Parts: sequence; C-alpha cells; structure tokens
Amino acid sequence: MLIHAKRIIKSGWKSFVRSGFTSLSSILIMTITLFVVTSLIFVQAALNSSLNDIREKVDVTVYFIPGADESSIKKVEESLSKLPEIKDISYTSSSEALSNFKDKHSNDYLTLQALDELNDNPLGASLNIKANDPSQYESISKYFENDNALSKGALTIIDKIDYSQNKLVIDRLTSIINGAKSLGFIVSFVLIIISIIITFNTIRLIIYMSREEISVMRLVGAGSKYVQGPFIVSGILVGVASAVLTVLLFIPISIWLGNHMTDFIGINLYNYYKSNFLQLFIIMLGSGILLGGISSFFAISRYLRK
Amino acid sequence: MIYFDNVTKKYKDNSSLEDVTLSIAPGEFVSIVGHSGAGKTTLTKLILAEEYPTSGTVFYESTDIHKLSKRDLMNFRRKVGIVFQDFRLLPGRTAYENIAFAMEATGKSDEEIKEYVPNVLELVDLTNRAFHFPYQLSGGEKQRLAIARAIITQPDLIIADEPTGNLDPANAMEVINILKKINDLGTTVILTTHNKGLVDGIKKRVITLENGRIIRDDKEGKYMI
Repeated sequence: MLIHAKRIIKSGWKSFVRSGFTSLSSILIMTITLFVVTSLIFVQAALNSSLNDIREKVDVTVYFIPGADESSIKKVEESLSKLPEIKDISYTSSSEALSNFKDKHSNDYLTLQALDELNDNPLGASLNIKANDPSQYESISKYFENDNALSKGALTIIDKIDYSQNKLVIDRLTSIINGAKSLGFIVSFVLIIISIIITFNTIRLIIYMSREEISVMRLVGAGSKYVQGPFIVSGILVGVASAVLTVLLFIPISIWLGNHMTDFIGINLYNYYKSNFLQLFIIMLGSGILLGGISSFFAISRYLRK
Repeated sequence: MIYFDNVTKKYKDNSSLEDVTLSIAPGEFVSIVGHSGAGKTTLTKLILAEEYPTSGTVFYESTDIHKLSKRDLMNFRRKVGIVFQDFRLLPGRTAYENIAFAMEATGKSDEEIKEYVPNVLELVDLTNRAFHFPYQLSGGEKQRLAIARAIITQPDLIIADEPTGNLDPANAMEVINILKKINDLGTTVILTTHNKGLVDGIKKRVITLENGRIIRDDKEGKYMI
C-alpha cells in the first residue's frame, strides 16, 4: 500500500515535470481561474468598504423645539439607545448647535449679524442617530410617529425628523446596496462556474490525449487506482503551481492598486492583501488542489470502465 | 490453455469472426495468419477481453474470460504479455521505466525491479538505451522494448499482434527469434502476422483465417492462401 502510494506520487511528479508544455498550459488556464476568484474577492472587499462608507454617511437627525427641556431629551436618548437597531446616538445641545452654526457661517457676516439681532438661541437641540443597517431607519422614525411608550411625551418637544426628507435617498441607497450585493454574488458565481468548466475541460483534454497510454496501462495489468493516481497527483501539482503563481501575480497588482486606486476604490488593496495574505493563499491553494484533483479524477474515470 | 468455443464477433453488420472453435495448449507457438481484416486482431482482443464476443465463449483454462470481475480481469491480464504492431509504449517514460511499470503495476518490490529490469534489457539488447524515451528509439528498438515489457512479469502467455508489421526484415527476424527463445523457455506464444517469409521460417503451428473463419490449422504449417 505504502509502496504503491510512493510510486504513484513519484510517477505523478515525473509526468508533471516531463510533460512541460502540457503542464504549463494547464497551469496557465488554472491560474486564470484562480485569478478570477482572487479578483472577485478583491472586488467584494472594495464593494464592502464602499458600502460601509455609504452606510456611515446615512443617518437620521431628530430636531427638538428650541427651549426643550434637556432632561426630557436625555430620556428620549436613553430609551432610543435600548433599541437593538441603533448603532450610535449623539446628542447636540442647542448651544452646541449655535456655536456649530456660527463656525459654519464665520465668513457670512450678514447671517451672523441677523443671528445677533435675536436675543434667544433660535436653534434647538438634536439627536443624531445611526442605525446598524440603512433599512432600519424607517422603523426607527416610526417610533416617533406613534406616541408609544418609548417616546411618551416626546412628541410635544420634537420639532422635526429629517428622515422623511432623506427617505428617498436612504431608500435608494438601501436598494443600491442590496442590488450591488446580489449582483456581485451572481456575477462572481457565474464567473467562477465558467472558469471551473474551462479548467475541467482543459484537464479532460489532456487526459483524453493520454487515453492510449491509459489503455496500455490497463492491458499491462495495472489496477484502476494505480492508473488514476499519477494523473490525480499531476492535477494537484498543477493546482499548487497555479496557486503560487496567482499569489505572486497579485503582489505587483495589489501594490499598483494600492498606490493608484485607493481613493477611487476606497480601500488600500495592498494593505488588504498584506493583512489577508495567508487566508487568501490558503483559499487559492485549496481551490487549486480541489479543482486539479477532482477534475483529473472525473476526467480519467471514463477511461477506467473495464 | 486458451479455448474458443463457437465464437462469433460482429461489428454492426460486419462479421469479424464467424463461429471460431480452436484450442491452444500450454507451451505452444501458434502463428495466426491471414489477410488484413481476416479477424486476427479481433481474435487477440477477445483473449484480452478488450472486446466481447457476440456469441460463443472464450476460456482461459476453465474460466470464461468475459465473465471475470474487474479485479480478476486485472489479475488475468498480468499473466499475459502483449506486444502490438504500433508498440504502444508509455511515451512519457524511459525504456527502463516502461519495463519497470509492468512490474510496479503487479506490486513487485523495488529490489526485484532493480534486479530483473537490467537483465531483460540485456536480453533484448537495449542496455545502452535504458534511459532513452520511446521517441528516441528506432522501430526495432521500440518493438524489442515492447517485448521486454511483455516478458518481465514472466507471463504464461505472450500475444504478439503483428509485431513485425512496422519493421524491416532484419529487425522483424530478430523479434521473431526473441519470441522463439521465449517459447523455448516454456511460455505460450500467439503470433498474428501476414508476413509469409517469417511464418514459414518458424516451422510451428499455423492457423489460417479468411473472412473470419478458420480455413486451415496445420501442426507444422506454412503460410498458404
């Protein structure tokens, strides 16, 4: 058994090395497959980072009427913070709002003068709310619409909620985010399937070229496993070589992307590649070995039926 | 040893073998002759279970070859050495490895392989070509290599299907001489050929096929059609 395994591995290795051009062409084809897989992982990473950026920018602000009692506002904040949908709430008092406003319009003399004309602070306090998911803003804003336990008494001090104004933008963003996610998944899936089929057919073609050899091995009295083994080992070696080649190819590519495309993509892909290198290499290696091994196994089995 | 009992093999509408009955005893040297398409190759393919008979039975000793399980068929094939007209060597392996493969396949140890392969290479005069690949060998050398591969496992039976078809007369003669030598050592040999000169020189049993039927079976025959 052990001697058989040793011979199979040795013979698989020899045939991999000796059939140089054939091995090289299958390595190149499989590298394309693994390249597609890695690129899709990169695209997903870039997409996720952009989506997170967009998510960060979406929020809902609840404006309170000027002069609203701070303790009532704090009560609202406290009860809101208990909602599981909410990620973060920040409170801006009316005096902070005023100084923010002044900062913002520091060059606008007319506005500042008009503000000075008023004796009272015209700006109310506000609560800025961030949800875990953009789709949750609607349900959050509904808490305020109904005078329920959460916001008991709150309705009287709320001036406006900018959710309804932002609703269109938020809804559109939510649907774009979901659409991009499912489109990304479908495109990745289709591309990966196509690449797998191409790789499988390349390996099938190579084994088809060896069908005479396989029949001779059978006639000499070699058992199925002994005939099949070296081809599977060669397939696995093709997978390993392709994984290494793909991983090496992505070093200069990610450096270039990191240097030139970070602003556009929103994530430094070189840093991403560096920090996930081991994980990506294992994914490539695993996919290569599985693809090479399984393709060879299925391609050869049809020649082994008696 | 080999027994054909009313064997017929039809390819679609074409009959390749018609109602063939014959028996081959251990140690015999049998030449099967006939024109191209007479059914010689079909006969050898039936013995190796590469083809199945349309009717009739082919026995090896008392076993129906075509009813063997996959594993038993593998074991049966290990008892048969085959030499083809087109050599059918493993192109990616050296001469040495081609011979060693047959031993490896039967589970022989590395020590046995190291001991026997050089001996057989010497027997077929290929010692200095041991590490050449098939494409680096001449036709005669390839056929001698194929014979070496066939005999390395010390089979009970050697089937040589037109082994001289692609060779010049000198190389053809050499191949026949090697086969005769092997037969002298006790191995049964079935040779198919349409080379009259060679068959007449062997002076052993000759079975003549025509249109899939046996028309002559002579103990010390000649090629007569």
